[in-house]
Parts: sequence; C-alpha cells; structure tokens
Amino acid sequence: MIILIRVLKKANINKTEIVTIRLLAIFLALLTSTLFILFLGHNPIKVYLSMLDGSFGSVYRFKETIIKTIPLVITSLGILVAFKMKFWNIGGEGQIYMGAFLSSFIALRFSEIPRPLLLMLMIIAGIIGGGLWALIPAIFKAKYGTNETLFTLMLNYIAIKWITYLQYGPWKDPNALGFPKIPNFSDNATLPKLFGIHIGWLIAIILVMLIYIFMHHTKRGYEISVIGESENTGRYAGMDVKKVIITAMIISGGLCGLTGMIQSSAVNNTLSVELSGGIGYTAIIITWLSSLNALLIPLVSFLFAILVQGGAYIQTAFQIPQSAAQILQGLILMFVLGSEFLVNYRLVLDKSKTALRKGV
Amino acid sequence: MLKRTVVFILILALTASVLAGCGNGSVEKPASNVENNLKVGFIYVGPIGDGGWSFAHNEGRLYLEKELGVETIYRESVPEGPDVEKVMKDMIDQGAKVIFATSFGYMDYMEKVSKEYPDIKFLHCSGYKTTENMANYFGRMYEPRYLSGIVAGLKTKSNNIGYVAAFEIPEVIRGINAFTLGVRSVNPEAKVTVRWTHTWYDPVKEKEAAKALLDEGADVIAQHQDTAGPQQAAEEAGAFAVGYNTDSFDKAPGAYMTAPIWNWGPYYVEQVKAVMDNKWESHSYWGGMKDGIVELGALSENAPNDASQRVEEVKEKILNGEFNIFTGPLKDQDGNIAVEDGKVLTDTEMLSMNWFVEGVEGKIEK
Repeated sequence: MIILIRVLKKANINKTEIVTIRLLAIFLALLTSTLFILFLGHNPIKVYLSMLDGSFGSVYRFKETIIKTIPLVITSLGILVAFKMKFWNIGGEGQIYMGAFLSSFIALRFSEIPRPLLLMLMIIAGIIGGGLWALIPAIFKAKYGTNETLFTLMLNYIAIKWITYLQYGPWKDPNALGFPKIPNFSDNATLPKLFGIHIGWLIAIILVMLIYIFMHHTKRGYEISVIGESENTGRYAGMDVKKVIITAMIISGGLCGLTGMIQSSAVNNTLSVELSGGIGYTAIIITWLSSLNALLIPLVSFLFAILVQGGAYIQTAFQIPQSAAQILQGLILMFVLGSEFLVNYRLVLDKSKTALRKGV
Repeated sequence: MLKRTVVFILILALTASVLAGCGNGSVEKPASNVENNLKVGFIYVGPIGDGGWSFAHNEGRLYLEKELGVETIYRESVPEGPDVEKVMKDMIDQGAKVIFATSFGYMDYMEKVSKEYPDIKFLHCSGYKTTENMANYFGRMYEPRYLSGIVAGLKTKSNNIGYVAAFEIPEVIRGINAFTLGVRSVNPEAKVTVRWTHTWYDPVKEKEAAKALLDEGADVIAQHQDTAGPQQAAEEAGAFAVGYNTDSFDKAPGAYMTAPIWNWGPYYVEQVKAVMDNKWESHSYWGGMKDGIVELGALSENAPNDASQRVEEVKEKILNGEFNIFTGPLKDQDGNIAVEDGKVLTDTEMLSMNWFVEGVEGKIEK
C-alpha cells in the first residue's frame, strides 16, 4: 500500500486553528532552542532572559534595538510596494547598496557644503541610486516579461561586487596605509540625532504612514493592488500596466536606497561591503509576516531587531560562539515561517492506490 | 489577515513576558555592575577556533584569566568595518573597562570610540594610532619571520617559494621582506612569489592561493594568514610549509616545518595589572624576540637538517642586539638601493614600509 502525504490548500481558515498552530510553532521553536542551548551547556531560561535584557536592559541597549529596527522598517516598506503588485523584488539588498553608493558619492565629493543641503542631496541620491537599480528589472519585466525574482537576485551580487571594487580600488582611503577601507564621512554628511537616536526613526514613522495612505487611498496605490491580483483586470480597466510596474518599482527601490543612505550616513559613517549585511533579505520575511500591511511592519521589524540585538548580546554574555547565536535565530525563524505554511495548507495522509496518479 | 498577525505578535510578547516572569526569582542577572571586579573585553577578527591569529590571542586571554582572575568577555568574527564600533560599545555597556581589539582594521573605529569613552582603556593590536586612553601594541614578528626564511631557503629545491598574504599593508609587507631576506641569506638564488587573498581568515581562499603558487612551481609555502589552509595545500602537493601564529604541526604533519609564533599572554597580564594598579598609560609597544612576545616555533622533522644550527646562530645575534634585520645595503624589487650601506631602518620606516626587497615577486597595489 502506498501512503503519501498530500498538500491541500485550505478553503477557509479557522481562527482557533491559526492560533493553535502559531502557539505550537513558538512552543516548538523554544523547545528546540532550549535543547540546543542545553547542548551548549547553558541554562536556557537565563539565555532567553538575557536576550531580552540585551534588547531592553539599559537605555543604550534599547536605543541599539531601535537603531536596528529603522532599516528593517524602511526596506520592508519598499518590498511591500513591490510585493503588493506580486513583483517579487528579492533585490532589496542590492538596492540598499546602490543607494548607499550614490549618496556616499555625494558625501565624499561635496563633504564641505552646508549640512542641511548636503543631507538633502544625499537623501535624493540614495533614493535615485536604489530606484534606478530597481528600474532595470522593472523595465525588463514590463517590456519583455522577464522573471524578476532571478533578475533582482542577480543584481544584488553585482551591486555588492561594485562596492567591493570601490573599497579595494578607486575609493580606497589613501590614509589607511593600504588597508582597504573607504574614508569616513565628514560631520556634515552625518544625519543628526533626535532624542538620542539618529533621525532615521522619524523618517521611518513618516514613511509608514505615507506608504499606508499611498497603498490604500490613492489611485496609483489601488492600481498596484489590482495589477497584483490580475494584470488582465488592470488592463481591461484601462490601466497603463507598464507604467504602474515601473512607478511601483522606483518607489520600492527608492525606499531601499534610502535605507542605504541612512545606514551609511548615520550608522556606519562610511560605505563598506558590510553595510547591509542581509537587511534586504530579512525585510522580505518581515514584509511577508506583516501580511503586506504597512502598519504592522514596524512591530514585526521591532521583534526581528530584538532577535538580532539579543542574539549579539548573548554572544558576549554567555560566550556563545557567533555561529551558535545565529543558529538560535535561525531556529526561531524557521518555526515561525514554517507555521505560515500550515496556516494556509493542510497535510492529509492519502492511502488510496491512486495517489500516485493524482500527483502530489 | 491583520487580526491574525496581531494575535501572533501578542502571543510572542506573552510568551516572552511569561518566560521573564518565571525566571525572575531564581535567575541572577549576568553581572552588569562590577565595580571592584575588572572586566576585560577582547575582539577577534576570526573565530577563536581558527588555529591561528585569533586562537593565539584567545590563548592570551585565557592566560590573563588564569593569572589575574579577572573576568573577560570576547566577540569573535567581528568584521573590520563600522560594526566593531558597536561591538566595543556593547562591551562597555556590559561593564568592560579595558578592551583589546586584535586586528588592524579596527584602528580608526577604536580611535573614535576611545574619544567618546575617556574612562575606558583601549588597546589596539597591529596599528599605529594612539589617543590619551588608547594604546597600540604589536610584536616584531619580522624577527622570527627572518629565521623561518632561513629554514625555507635551505629547504627549497626549485628555488621558488610561495607566500600567501592577506593585505597590502606595512605589517604584511614587512613580514614578506624579512622572510625573503632570511631565505636569501642562505640561498641567494631563491625567489619568493606573493599572492594576495584580501582576507585574514578564509580557509578556502587561503588554500586556493597556496594551490595556485604550488602549481606555478613553488615547493615551499609560507603565509601571512590565520588558518593552516596553505600548509594543508602544501601537504597535499607533497611540498613543505612555514606556518604562522601558532605551532600547527598537527594540522599538516607532512608539510609543517616551523612557524613564527605569538605569545600574547604576558603582555595582556602586564597591561591589565597596570590598569588595576591605576598605573596604566597610553603607549606604543613593539616587543621583539628578546621580550618573548614573538618566537620561532620548534623545528619539525620536515625541516632540513642543517637548519637548526643556522637558525640558532642568527637567533643569538638578534637576541643580543648584534644583528638588525633591516640593515643596509638593501635593494628593492627593481634592483635599486633602497637602504644605504650600514643604515638601519628606524621603527617609523618599518611601520610604514610599502616596498618589496629584491627577490620578492609580486605587486603592491597603491
């Protein structure tokens, strides 16, 4: 007898079931992590507490958690605009780097012009850098129907290698005695602080509201949603599909580019190949877990920031190796994401002999 | 959709707070206010299990803990970029009063942070910058490197020695030059070919670079890298190798001949003790073989027979100050006189070295 497991999409999703699945996922994540921590020879409760302590335990730590939240929020908003249109923009990472690249160009070349002007120029440059990088796959998608997932992913590698080239070549700091680093920005090119945290947090909050209004209360936002559901519907309704795709991607890439500007100016004070370190990919998960809802993105980003900040803290607090801390983060992520699948699909045991013919 | 996610987040928050609640009674917080007990932070560029550079520093940290009983914390695999600034601040937030940052690329960030935290003592390894509360420290690794060059020069038959090197900075260039001078002191025909990896720690890249050098005819491989990858490449090719950082005979027993090695422990103890006694001052430390911070590791059976005696002779002269490695006349790569006869390079000249001596095949990108 052939026993197969079949995957079925759920027709209607039961609320209590969802809650049960999610609770179970978190429980399993904690259980597996607990076993792993025990295996490392530490007290799991202490480690978990310490993660919270590392994220909230002092004013400094709380600020760090917020600083980690900011780029996640802005990038996720960018990803959201593209995903609403079912344009799978995996290229957030590259768009961050290209935004950082163009704004760094301004920061390094015009380091002495007045601060407000310089920062405005850098912001514009960041948005243009990310926007143009996203425009390339958008044009190809609109004109030739190319696969945007692969296209945007490949562009990430080109962007990162471009920064590497600059760091090891033309932009290498001549004062670093041959060490490959790009010079630091001047004070004029550094974003100011507001209540002790760089002003990116305010930009993030404003953008959350703007994107919410854009997606829900403007014609273009509505068009993006319609085309996401069905391109043909949009076309029959008289929408200019190509134009909508291109505008949406410029916004999407522009927001990612802005993240690059903020990170290079306020956090790193320079451009380097380590600038993003995966924000563009984490943002995809955050956008997805936020159910493509702009208002939820700050919350989910904050939870992710706790995971990252707390994960860094336990490394020094418990001398847990970096790789182990990353495994913990990965475990929690895997279960939470995995539960998403079970929320939308169910598995049934298929004992019939015709299972094979039916396909899985 | 919205409701679902809200519920999910609430549950997460709830679970977290429940966990926090359970623990409160029984769990003591990781020590955060240690006023009387000094806490020392170490920042490493690779994992402590790299069997090389970071491993050697970590041995020093463990020695420090054992000798003085101070509490230490560390972070490994910290990139040489802006991230290190945050790592330092994290450590200060966790109560560290002394921080050792053990890679060149941390220098500018440590300089910046040191100005923000005047009460914390900062020590940077392998750079050249100091501030009121930031010292730099390093060892004259070029001395044992010269000795290891003697071993390599006696061993090579093809007169082609490969050198896997990390970055085009003075520290690495100085090491290559000293090694080459050592090689050519016993074998004037031999050449040292350099390949850059642009990474301190990357077992695969290091090994690949060594393989390429072996393919080009090298029969001895030397390295300025943090893992035994190049030595393993040599072993696989039936060639021989000079390691770096620690004695890594076990990692490539068929190839390993010797290695110039680090001994950080005593310096760490001395510095932390000075901090405890309130006697610490900013400084530039550059100790040599006579101080014990660097030495040549024991020669293995792979080393040529006559090496031991030659090495001992020169070692004696270095220890009693009779012999300085960078003494003229020295020619540069193109055969021009770079150091006049009888002139000895000053520390400043050595610390900013950006040219290769005669016998080195390779290019320094500027």
